[in-house]
Amino acid sequence: MVIGVGNIFRSDDGIGIVVARSIREKARDLYVFETLGEGASLMAMWTTLDHVIVIDAVRSSSSPGRIHRLDAHKEPIPSEFFNYSTHAFSVAEAVEMSRALGTLPASLVIYGIEGKSFAAGSGLSPEVSGVLDNVADQVLADQRTRTGGQDLTEGHFQEVSDA
Amino acid sequence: MSTRTIKVDYIARVEGEGAMLIEIKDGKLDDVKLKIFEPPRFFEAFLRGRDYTEAPDITARICGICPIAYLMGAVHAMEMVCRTRIPKPIRDLRRLIYCGEWIESHILHMAMLHVPDFLGYPDAIAMAKDHPDVVKKALKIKKIGNDIMVLLGGREIHPINVHVGGFYKTPTKQQLSGMIDDLKWGLEASVEMVRFVSGLNFQEFEQDYEYACLRHPDEYPFNEGRLVSNKGIDEPISGYDDVLIEEHVSHSTALHSHVKGRGACHVGPLARYSTNFDKLTPIAKSAAHEAGLAETCYNPFKSIIVRGVEVVLAFEEALRIVEEYEEPDRPFEKVEPKAGTGYGCTEAPRGICYHRYTIDDSGTIQDAKIVSPTAVNQKVIEKDLWHFVERNLNLSDEDLQWQCEQVIRNYDPCISCSAHFLKLKVNRT
Repeated sequence: MVIGVGNIFRSDDGIGIVVARSIREKARDLYVFETLGEGASLMAMWTTLDHVIVIDAVRSSSSPGRIHRLDAHKEPIPSEFFNYSTHAFSVAEAVEMSRALGTLPASLVIYGIEGKSFAAGSGLSPEVSGVLDNVADQVLADQRTRTGGQDLTEGHFQEVSDA
Repeated sequence: MSTRTIKVDYIARVEGEGAMLIEIKDGKLDDVKLKIFEPPRFFEAFLRGRDYTEAPDITARICGICPIAYLMGAVHAMEMVCRTRIPKPIRDLRRLIYCGEWIESHILHMAMLHVPDFLGYPDAIAMAKDHPDVVKKALKIKKIGNDIMVLLGGREIHPINVHVGGFYKTPTKQQLSGMIDDLKWGLEASVEMVRFVSGLNFQEFEQDYEYACLRHPDEYPFNEGRLVSNKGIDEPISGYDDVLIEEHVSHSTALHSHVKGRGACHVGPLARYSTNFDKLTPIAKSAAHEAGLAETCYNPFKSIIVRGVEVVLAFEEALRIVEEYEEPDRPFEKVEPKAGTGYGCTEAPRGICYHRYTIDDSGTIQDAKIVSPTAVNQKVIEKDLWHFVERNLNLSDEDLQWQCEQVIRNYDPCISCSAHFLKLKVNRT
């Protein structure tokens, strides 16, 4: 399963959604979902699955368009990485909470794409839109490697709303 | 002269950015400030010149946790000024989406932000390792709250399906019936959560509050009612500005509020519960009794139990609405703009959220005023801190800071809303 996280109306915050849509076009046999990234909903989506890839925008002071790849089983996810809200429960908290509860999928990889602008408005910065195909290809290659070429349609999950 | 300064620059587990400063001089408490420094957001200013139909979606952006409060305050105010009558199925759906917001907001605060205070964990993730069943149950409850928001609002954060006069699209009977099993599970699970939180250790800290909230003759308040208090306020919503006065204070970017001729007032779950105990749904009432709550509660630390009781109520109310639902003839009533001033006041999870709009004949907004519950509660939070620190001066700075943060979190403050957040600083000299 591939989960694109973000808000297409907050500039580069929409990159996770744009990549998910691109992957849906390239690999129609894949389960691809779009979500705003609410933590409880994310956990409900991935709790019965083995292989999950999440794509989201990040803000970590590196150069815009940089692609970060995090393996949730190998490293903790810094909460400030996916800056969202101090009160709401989002991607980093959902990963760490799943780890604490022992409900992480067998493999959970998170692609974080460094954003430049998170201002209100649609459209990606050139530095971010420039890596779109690259991220989509990496995610697909990653998925094929981890599942031995099979698709990710195992398990049962509840559909969540489109962002 | 000796000075103790306790200072928290950014208070954790609250929404937004604020700070706390406590100054103790020669062993006596000298000053307490809840400082809200999140920049003002000027919503009221940029609403001027916008169309009356835009107010709900614009004001909903004030908060990602309680957008329904803003959507509902705005639609009710606009419908009042345009003299629109809303049919029962639409009214019920509005209560249902509010149930979704209370469930997801209250359970998040209870289990993720507040329970760690009582059990001595820095956060919910650390707590989850030792109490996985509590956290799993809370997350599942929250997910059901989210699902209600998605079904009625299109998405769980900043729903986009609310319209002046009703909804853009209303659900089918079958869609609502599909929620019944989850709502029944949620009702049972939320009763268990009340049982769990009522077993936590609570210090004695009864305060003499003026509780302000809505009061409706037939139901526990969400969207409608008169503005009442236990010290004499009894006004229609249009009388809000006559009794609750806003003022600027130099240490906060959020306006403080006081009751005219008196002082601070307290809004939120404790105020609602203590004023409307007789309107609780049956299982919520029995959960409150079982938890050892009286018909009124003046201990802010016990707000966690009252939030739990309100989650039970929200599930009962949601079940009732879903089971009785008949699809409306049309998703929204046609609204024609009329010049005038309209008022909306609804019960956000943290307390009353007030809206006032003046529009012209074409529906263009001429003036807007919005008061969030956390803005109103700032003064009473500072008062609680005064009383708490005065009786706990013997505590170490570290313990005092930890417990003062709890005093603040009792209110589940949403500072982003009020400034439209928290640092703690204790000065001991």
